[in-house]
Amino acid sequence: MFVPFLYELRSRKVPVGATEAVALGQALVQGLHDSSLEGFYFVARALLIHDEKHLDAFDQAFSKHFQGIESSSMEITEQLLEWVREAKQPDRMLTPEEKALLDQLDLKTLEQLFEQRMKEQKERHDRGNKWIGTAGTSPFGNTGKAAREGVKVGEAAGMRSAVRMASERAYKEYRDDLVLDVRQMQLALRKLRAFAREGAHDELDLDATITETARNLGDLEVVTRAPRKSNTRVILLMDVGGSMDPFAHLVSRLFTAAKKATHFRELRTYYFHNCIYGRIYKQASFRDPITLPQLFAETDRRYKLIVVGDALMAPWELMSVSGWSDDEGLEGIVHLMRLREHFSASCWLNPEPPSSWWQTTVDVIRKVFPMYPLTLEGLGDAVGQLTKAR
Amino acid sequence: MKAVHEVVTLAAMRFKGTESYLTSESLRSAVDCAVALQRPLLVKGEPGTGKTLLAEAIASALGLKLLTWNVKSTTKAQDGLYVYDAVQRLHDSRFNDKDVRDIRQYIRHGPLGESFAAPERRVLLIDEIDKADLEFPNDLLHEIDRMRFKVIETDEEVVAKHRPVVVITSNNEKDLPDAFLRRCVFHFIEFPERELMERIVHVHHADMADRLVDQALGVFYELRAFSRLRKRPSTSELIDWLAALKAAGVTSVKLDEQLPFIGALLKREQDLMAFADQFGGKLPKRA
Repeated sequence: MFVPFLYELRSRKVPVGATEAVALGQALVQGLHDSSLEGFYFVARALLIHDEKHLDAFDQAFSKHFQGIESSSMEITEQLLEWVREAKQPDRMLTPEEKALLDQLDLKTLEQLFEQRMKEQKERHDRGNKWIGTAGTSPFGNTGKAAREGVKVGEAAGMRSAVRMASERAYKEYRDDLVLDVRQMQLALRKLRAFAREGAHDELDLDATITETARNLGDLEVVTRAPRKSNTRVILLMDVGGSMDPFAHLVSRLFTAAKKATHFRELRTYYFHNCIYGRIYKQASFRDPITLPQLFAETDRRYKLIVVGDALMAPWELMSVSGWSDDEGLEGIVHLMRLREHFSASCWLNPEPPSSWWQTTVDVIRKVFPMYPLTLEGLGDAVGQLTKAR
Repeated sequence: MKAVHEVVTLAAMRFKGTESYLTSESLRSAVDCAVALQRPLLVKGEPGTGKTLLAEAIASALGLKLLTWNVKSTTKAQDGLYVYDAVQRLHDSRFNDKDVRDIRQYIRHGPLGESFAAPERRVLLIDEIDKADLEFPNDLLHEIDRMRFKVIETDEEVVAKHRPVVVITSNNEKDLPDAFLRRCVFHFIEFPERELMERIVHVHHADMADRLVDQALGVFYELRAFSRLRKRPSTSELIDWLAALKAAGVTSVKLDEQLPFIGALLKREQDLMAFADQFGGKLPKRA
């Protein structure tokens, strides 16, 4: 019965597969969920979810999938609840036959059976295998040893109901398609790395030393090598002012994260407004300009280019010659294409959500640069794309 | 038959927390799953939420010995299995004070190797796995899955007599590879809610006036909710701040530009500026 639930999770982009399904099955066979929906909630969450960013999706899927199950099992007489709660019987292991018997029931049948038995049953019952009671092997009851998911009757005091817990959505802030903080950005940027051995040979290569010494009949032969250093060079190009103002905080967080990333061999940051025409600026206040040919002379293909901007501008800014002194008589779009051609890897991060990417200029720029939303997921995808292109 | 028996006895072990370690039902569930299914338990959460202590609590609750492997940025997966001390052997061979033909005396087990070779079950804590290189967790996949590894130098295989209960903590500094995550039982320790935080504060500052603790916690949680901060204050900062308040004899606090010892809670210049910007007034004077 939990397989449809896995598909519910997959439809919410939670990566669950056969490994998780098997693990969950094993856990249920061993009765780790104590035959309760609460227990099932915790066990399933521990086994199906591997990252806090999926916890919220799990809660949503859970409350959708299991909605109604608790409410229909709530119609229990007060008396029944009473004796299920007070009973305390030692539990016992099930024989394989009993397990197999219980395995045949799915939740729908369980529910129907439960209601039917509720109507038939007139008295208190302990340790049986059919009636609702305690310490039995019937799928209904409490402190029982049902080998698979059954309906638990009555809860320990003070425990919150699983569906209600799930619908509280306590993990909303850990979702990865929301905007992010510096630490999460750093985490995403950390994948952007490549190592190479370069420079002076000042590190002892122990393995080679041993090999060479042995070859030298035991006379010490020291071998050195260049240290392994990060070889990632990044250019961060940021749109500031105008329509970017609402995103100033977000962009400054990305800036902080990139500055703090110690694994970059070199990080250059430049600014532009709306579109790039021939020159960009080292300061956000548009001072210290550097022309594109100058930038191309200083950098080579190995640099990775990240452009941050909403790609919103008047169409003429992109499609016609600006008339600025440094524009070399070329249109904005041509400058963008030159940038993409010069670097081996580039991407465009857009703080606006993808749903608003239909505007003309955004659509044109998307054809030049691969565009990603500035969310944790988008940044991760962008970094993945940057590392693939070598 | 022995293997079946082992699974049964393990499954019967249920984690209930210890006197000093408070657990939630979700944490208990995760621990039970990890123990019963013999999968590593991956624990994540903000710093200071008791990830490392959990392994100690599990060990004492199950009555097993704890082995700790503190991972550093230079740690390699091989270090956890065994280290072959070739330099010592080379040294011994040059100065002839030992029989260097027996290579086994130069093989030293790492924490993982030790937990495999131990005569009884161990709890193995792999602390801060995210500190190591990105490939580190992947390099351990096979060993943790199969619970065996081969010592290449001696051609001997080390097989776990009893599968250790593996607890892995991560501070989220790096993402862990999917293949690794799939094999783990995951638990995320949430930042303590106010009620629990009051108990934590009580442990550290038992003699503090209730009213001040109440006000201070109010300020603390309001600050944490303030979205413009780059680094939100955590438990340890709260404890330090309360100690400063106590030492200075402060009797009441409220969230405004006059907040005493703000530097104990906010450690970054931009955060202090954002704070001053939000709550009026000028930059607070440095204490």
